[in-house]
Amino acid sequence: MDIKPSYGLFVNGEWVDGEVRNKTVNPANEEVLAEVAWATESEVDSAVRAARTAYEQVWSKMPGRDRAKYLFRIARIIQERARELAVLESLDNGKPIRESRDVDVPLVAAHFFYYAGWADKLGYAGFGPDPRPIGVAGQVIPWNFPLLMLAWKIAPALAAGNTVVLKPAETTPLTALVFAEICQEADLPPGVVNIVTGAGETGHALVSHPGVDKVAFTGSTEVGRAIARAVAGTRKKVTLELGGKAANIVFEDAPIDQAVEGIVNGIFFNQGHVCCAGSRLLVQESVYDEVLAALKRRMALLRVGDPLDKNTDIGAINSAAQLERIRTLSEIGSEEGAERWSPRASCRSAVSGSPRRSSRA
Amino acid sequence: MVPVASEALRGSGVHLASVATAFPSGQAPLEVKLADTRAAVAAGADEIDMVINRGAFLAGRYQQVYDEIVAVKDACGDAHLKVILETGELATYDNVRRASWLAMLAGGDFIKTSTGKVPVAATLPVTLVMLEAVRDFRAASGRQVGVKPAGGIRTTKDAIKYLVVVNETAGEDWLDPAWFRFGASTLLNDLLMQRTKMTTGRYSGPDYFTVD
Repeated sequence: MDIKPSYGLFVNGEWVDGEVRNKTVNPANEEVLAEVAWATESEVDSAVRAARTAYEQVWSKMPGRDRAKYLFRIARIIQERARELAVLESLDNGKPIRESRDVDVPLVAAHFFYYAGWADKLGYAGFGPDPRPIGVAGQVIPWNFPLLMLAWKIAPALAAGNTVVLKPAETTPLTALVFAEICQEADLPPGVVNIVTGAGETGHALVSHPGVDKVAFTGSTEVGRAIARAVAGTRKKVTLELGGKAANIVFEDAPIDQAVEGIVNGIFFNQGHVCCAGSRLLVQESVYDEVLAALKRRMALLRVGDPLDKNTDIGAINSAAQLERIRTLSEIGSEEGAERWSPRASCRSAVSGSPRRSSRA
Repeated sequence: MVPVASEALRGSGVHLASVATAFPSGQAPLEVKLADTRAAVAAGADEIDMVINRGAFLAGRYQQVYDEIVAVKDACGDAHLKVILETGELATYDNVRRASWLAMLAGGDFIKTSTGKVPVAATLPVTLVMLEAVRDFRAASGRQVGVKPAGGIRTTKDAIKYLVVVNETAGEDWLDPAWFRFGASTLLNDLLMQRTKMTTGRYSGPDYFTVD
């Protein structure tokens, strides 16, 4: 696998350098993986214009069966490059390779295959006999499942005849940039998919751009509110998929061992970086001690360690900033009277050395 | 065969286990099963493998199953009692758990999955259920009971998977031949082959090892 030392923005089927440069790191060891661009307002503008041109001149006019061909082609290339994408996702995001390899990337390919199948059958999908695309979609995705979120956003939009400008999260841009390479490899017409990397300002420039017809966002409730305000009163359509930390409720007649597996999957899957992670646990008092003992016993078996180790259960928290936020919240919990407990465990440190050399996918 | 084996093993420190109680069906009058057990113990067996009465168990006559195990345990005297649940015929995990609990309450020293005489023998999920049962039984009663998956474990790699489950479910206390054993004659051959491979760096064929 090759990570380029530097990536630009993917606009109109070509790579452009981008004025503002920044770095993306491997959260497991803080090593810099690559330099990426943070798109400015004018760069976002050119991406939206490219998407508009591609929409009007090529993609919306193309018969569904032809759009399907491109999507099938993308899906197959994703399968061919699955190992590379899985390693890259684990490097940039910190999630265990077991999850990126067995969950994220196979699902990404499956989504493209699935929506490719819909592209020529939209007349039968329940939207009337001749559904029309909306136009240019501005899409902003989070860092917890970078490539999977990209697939959720891009595959259906393209299948329906829309073109997209997508902004991946600033801590996890690399798989989206490799996806841009895949679009080139698949010979996708220029401007149908545009990838603009960057942080909040880039996202703001994208969702508030007047040339965007549809805003799709997955991420924090706070940013979701800001986006709702930004698009209010415009003709834009909007989809928001926001955080909703969920509760586990365990009653006394539950099978305790199975309940514990559910609790552990709920809160520790993907380091807990899940919009619906089970971050609250409510237990009926009569089985409180039993559940807590079983949960502690189970937690002691979780392996925290190098995301690229196949035996790792819990990899790296996505960024130093997120780790700091977790620590702050834990402190607040302690101050409010919560009792802390962690299993006695040693964290296996991530391998040092350049991932560019050490991990050939 | 028990007297022959007993004679051969005298003074070796190797324990001698014998099946009893109308193995493998367990379908005989209780008096016959008890006589079978007493004969094996008298002949020198220090461990008895019994099979539970599956007919009674599946019909819901748990008390009968329990009473039979108690009686056999009594007939064992000082010999250890291993209770074979024949999990391949118990149909559900709930039944495996219930039979495990029954065997432990009735005084079994070991619970074992299978006789090896029915198509489905030990499986990893069934072993997991039994390990959870012995773990919870010790927590409730203070008495530790051993587990023996038998049949179907053919390779060293399979065995390692089981040992991981033992460690992660019941814990380190069970990682001991006194508390966890495999009943798998084919496994021994594979283990010997893997060890040979480790020392010589080459694989050899099964023909060079024991034939069973």
